[in-house]
Amino acid sequence: MSDLPFLLLMIAVPAVGAAVVAALPKGRDLLAKQVSLGVSLVVLLLAVLTTVAFDTGGDRFQLTSSVTWIEEFGVSFALGVDGIALVMLLLVGVLVPVVIGASWQDELPGGRSMKAYFSWLLLLEAMMVGVFAATDVFLFYVFFEAMLVPMYFIIGSFGGPRRQYAAVKFFLYSLVGGLIMLAAVVGLFVVSNSQLGEGTFAFDALRQLDIDPGVQKLLFLGFFIAFAIKAPLVPFHTWLPDSGSEAPIGGSVLLVGVLDKVGTFGFLRYCLPLFPDASRFFAPFVLVLAVVGILYAALLAMGQSDMKRLVSYTSISHFGFIALGIFAFTTEAATGAVLYMVNHGIATGLLFLVVGMLIARGGSRQIGDYGGVAAKAPLLAGAFLLAGLASLALPGTNSFVSEFLVLIGSFPEEPVFTILATAGIILAALYILLMYQRTMHGPARGVLLQEDPAEPAPGTGGATAVLTAPRRSLRVLDLDRRELAVVTPLVALIIALGVYPQPLLDVIEPAVIATMDDLGGTDR
Amino acid sequence: MIEAPDLSLAALAPLLFVFGAACVGVIVEAFWPRDTRHPVQLAVALVGALGALVCTLLLAGSGEITAGGALAVDGAGLFLQATVAGLGALSLLLFAERSLDPARSAFVVSAAVPAGSPRDRELLTVQRVQTEVYPLASFAIGGMMLFVAANDLLIMFVALEVLSLPLYLISGLARRRRLLSQEAAVKYFLLGAFASAFFLYGLALVYGATGSVRLADIRAANLAGGTDVLLVLGLALLIVGLLFKASVAPFHTWTPDVYQGAPTPVTAFMAACTKVAAFGAILRLLYVAFGTAEWTWRPLIYAVAIVSMVVGAVLGLTQTDLKRMLAYSSIAHAGFLLTGVIGLGAAGDGSGLAATMFYLLTYGLTTLGAFAVLTLVRDGDGEATHLSQWAGLASRSPLTAAVMTLFLLALAGIPLTAGFTGKFAVFRAAIGEGAWPLVLVAVLTSAVAAFFYLRVIVLMYFSSPARADSGRGPTVGVPGLPTTVVLAITATATLALGIVPGSVLDVAERAAIFVG
Repeated sequence: MSDLPFLLLMIAVPAVGAAVVAALPKGRDLLAKQVSLGVSLVVLLLAVLTTVAFDTGGDRFQLTSSVTWIEEFGVSFALGVDGIALVMLLLVGVLVPVVIGASWQDELPGGRSMKAYFSWLLLLEAMMVGVFAATDVFLFYVFFEAMLVPMYFIIGSFGGPRRQYAAVKFFLYSLVGGLIMLAAVVGLFVVSNSQLGEGTFAFDALRQLDIDPGVQKLLFLGFFIAFAIKAPLVPFHTWLPDSGSEAPIGGSVLLVGVLDKVGTFGFLRYCLPLFPDASRFFAPFVLVLAVVGILYAALLAMGQSDMKRLVSYTSISHFGFIALGIFAFTTEAATGAVLYMVNHGIATGLLFLVVGMLIARGGSRQIGDYGGVAAKAPLLAGAFLLAGLASLALPGTNSFVSEFLVLIGSFPEEPVFTILATAGIILAALYILLMYQRTMHGPARGVLLQEDPAEPAPGTGGATAVLTAPRRSLRVLDLDRRELAVVTPLVALIIALGVYPQPLLDVIEPAVIATMDDLGGTDR
Repeated sequence: MIEAPDLSLAALAPLLFVFGAACVGVIVEAFWPRDTRHPVQLAVALVGALGALVCTLLLAGSGEITAGGALAVDGAGLFLQATVAGLGALSLLLFAERSLDPARSAFVVSAAVPAGSPRDRELLTVQRVQTEVYPLASFAIGGMMLFVAANDLLIMFVALEVLSLPLYLISGLARRRRLLSQEAAVKYFLLGAFASAFFLYGLALVYGATGSVRLADIRAANLAGGTDVLLVLGLALLIVGLLFKASVAPFHTWTPDVYQGAPTPVTAFMAACTKVAAFGAILRLLYVAFGTAEWTWRPLIYAVAIVSMVVGAVLGLTQTDLKRMLAYSSIAHAGFLLTGVIGLGAAGDGSGLAATMFYLLTYGLTTLGAFAVLTLVRDGDGEATHLSQWAGLASRSPLTAAVMTLFLLALAGIPLTAGFTGKFAVFRAAIGEGAWPLVLVAVLTSAVAAFFYLRVIVLMYFSSPARADSGRGPTVGVPGLPTTVVLAITATATLALGIVPGSVLDVAERAAIFVG
């Protein structure tokens, strides 16, 4: 059983699933959804099996496999996971079925088919798995770039009113970063060619290189810019609010929950181990960007009137925390950062989903168009509140553990930056709670407000009937069973990981320690 | 007493096939009855091109100099000849498409009839087809194949003319928008004549400096006496002539007009095959004749590559016509190809050579496919090449849109398509030679260029159809067998060379040898 190539299957199953869904005849939308859900559940199962087969005390990379792919370039189709990649795979496995469930009732204007949407989702899943499981830099790059195509179509075909603009902006930003990284990837190959006698892209071999500091800085920047755009760090962030708000809800969840994590994952997997000297050299600059991002994005989030944009900005703020944890160069902070990546995917994923459910009811993304929803839809409000609290890292929710680890781990090394970052927590409480309060509590108002059916007027006096204003109240349905099924797993994870994060930490920590070893110890 | 030069007929077989087919085509044109002439001409031309392709494959691995030292039959030459022959055969198939245009052909019936005259209007609906294009195209293919094998500047010049003259002619033969097509032909001819003159002048200077037109002798002169001013000047003029044919900026100004005006199958032919031939000659000239004097051409190529990439990418952004857009794309790609030329190793390790050859193959296939898709989308006035007419295409013909998307992504260099593999190969070669600033410019201009490819995808998929209510939007024709074959082959190759490029890369790697 443990001999099965789980990682390869996790790429192949959704890829084949995407082809099957795309090939289904027109008008079989329900079947397409069922197939997609089934495939994504199989991937989740495979992710769980991978976790079971993973030995936390074992080698750094496990479940490895390698097949020569393009011999002339020294490229192998090499897969393998360390603890960091493994938890990301689990996150992918959990989020994709949830997203498919959440998109079940989505409709396109004019009754066009949503079939393509599910096909793109599955293809995206295959590529997300590939990007985390690749242990060959070239292969990583291929997935990193190819991943843009399904996301581009998800935003562009199924998004909001400004989807064309958002999709192109998303694609071009990522492509610029990716191409700069391509130059660095080639540079890395050339360095390996001169040092090892034979060019290679294998991560383990590249880790052993002793690169000249000047070259290292250039290569680091090549990788860093790509990842900073992806993550995104201020000032490379301006594409995210547009994409996050224009994408369909499922797309937003995967975009912010997983795709952007490729950036922070890349910092840890590629920037630090491959270019240790350059990482140390540039760390202060990165930390400045991270802390500026935390505060600046939080302030911007407070100023948003569009809920999806608001959540997008909160993510930029959170990515600042993750970058802070990574570039503080302590095991504790980096472990916290990896845990943060998972927790943020769950918490922000839930927040996007709940916001999406609210938007589906009211048809507007504006905070000002809602009010007093909690009275009529307590479950929706409850899920909203929990997601919000997890986003602002309330103790007892999952994000608290990771944020705390990041801050406590960074403090000994970077007290000033850490103290500044802490202010971000206060701002987080403000922007989340203000949004919650305005939409869920207070007097009933906004787009959901409808006139009650005319009550039989007491008496027949025409004059009094004119004087009494029609009674109005909110027409809003609470979460139905499908929506509950979508929300419940994430709610459960938020609480479970808030109370007992140890299993994840056990998986993450060895990989982080190995990364810090590559960096040359945790003391600077 | 003149001695007959030694001729290795086997080594010349590819050229003999194509030129033979061209000559037979001329005779067929004169004597075969008109009503069955078209299939015969097509068959003759295809036999010529495919026969040449087979011959080059059979010759693989040989390396000799023949025809009195005028021709080099070597790995690189054969690879490029095979590429030209293969792409040429595909282009011939596009020429032969008869089910798309209501008048059964993309070519004018009688080119001598003035455009817009009563006779011209009369002929517009006649189902007669032009068959002279096939021998003309065969001559052009033959010229291209000679061009990449020429080991002698004089032969190179002759080949240049043999490939150019038929192209000038057939780019003026469009059935619709004839004035535009004729204007394109005249422009191409005038500017091409200038370029030829430059080449000839350079040839004269080089001869003056070295006393020989043989590439090997020029190399020897470089080694022996150092490179003198006359030689460098001659080289510069030669390169100008060649860069013109390769549509490298700043010698590109003819490209958009000619690509737009020429019949689309001819544009496809020029974009794919002329590019291969011109770069083949550039590679041979620089590598064989001036490989030991790199300082003479490296800065020039470096600068021209940057100019070409920037001009192609930036001006491409402003285009609203798909054919013009692809023309600017071709200029940008010429810049990327020059990046590979910069990667030519001084030690002759061939990584840049192999990379450039592979790139030529992938670019040729992809651009040929993209132009083939353009022939499908039509309105009452011929092909609908304005961007706005492509809006919402995906909802009406998803397959056409998907195939076009594949080609556009490949042109943009997205991984898992042939375009990416090619780009990676040339970038690797260039960085290996320390030219990373050039590669940085290349990646940034790739990103700029990606914008206009994306715009087409956006239009096809994310926009609502143009004028759908009035019913005047373009229709997507059902392609006949020839175009279907071309699309199938180019699309499959674009995917295959992106996903499993190993064996072809290996062939290019092993073929990357110049004798001389």
